[in-house]
Amino acid sequence: MDEIMNEQAINQPVGPEAGNGPLSIECDEAVHQLYHYLDGELTEERRSQISRHLDGCSPCGAAAHFEAELRHVIADRCRDRVPEALIERVALSINEEQRHGTDG
Amino acid sequence: MVHMEGLYSAALRMTRNQADAEDLVQETFLKAYRAFGGFEEGTNLRAWLYRILTNTYINTYRARQRRPEITDVEDVEDLYLYKRLIDTDGTLGRSAEDEALAGITDSGLKAALEALPEAFRIAVMLADVEGFSYAEIAEITQVPIGTVMSRIHRGRRALQKALLPLAEARGIVPVAQP
Repeated sequence: MDEIMNEQAINQPVGPEAGNGPLSIECDEAVHQLYHYLDGELTEERRSQISRHLDGCSPCGAAAHFEAELRHVIADRCRDRVPEALIERVALSINEEQRHGTDG
Repeated sequence: MVHMEGLYSAALRMTRNQADAEDLVQETFLKAYRAFGGFEEGTNLRAWLYRILTNTYINTYRARQRRPEITDVEDVEDLYLYKRLIDTDGTLGRSAEDEALAGITDSGLKAALEALPEAFRIAVMLADVEGFSYAEIAEITQVPIGTVMSRIHRGRRALQKALLPLAEARGIVPVAQP
């Protein structure tokens, strides 16, 4: 599993502007937290750290961009047309319910 | 009826059967209508509707399925698709990316999602298709938030693995040697 990562340089150390202080994170961490980040589920501080990393690290930034694009594709292409007959059925059954209610 | 499209899609992903999905949606709206008198202002209406849908599915339709259910997914690495699409120089060109994503058709995507074991399928669907938060999904599925997170993340990676053949089908993508 690590072979592909090494070959494709995803896990190169962060660029010179990042360093190893508390404000910076490594690629490993950015990738590991990527889903949480894209889901908007991290603290503000964490989000800034990851955002800065993605801005400064092109392999991670590119990976994040792809994951975000894939997310859009999944959201857009999983739609279904509601059959007209179903809409009518539901309207009908609610009308029935309104008129007769649940007896007993 | 504004939520019907989303609920119908969700019902299709759950039941994997149009007739059952239609029945499920009708039942959901009826239950929601009946329960609406007790619906508290400020509650998340949309999540509430999906909660009814999911609950009705579990109680009514899941029991009916005769196919033996696989309940777990294999462990798939982070960035599964991305790593297999990038070129030898470690980059993914814009047109290669577009081509790969274009290979993911509606029907291919739905089939891949529907092939996931139920718990993962529902979690990924609620997160990525319906856009609910982890907390909302925990509420909808009545499962701890940590479990929700695990199912979403593992489910997404398993989904990516299933999508690889679609992404590769466009021909531009470097295919791994056997």
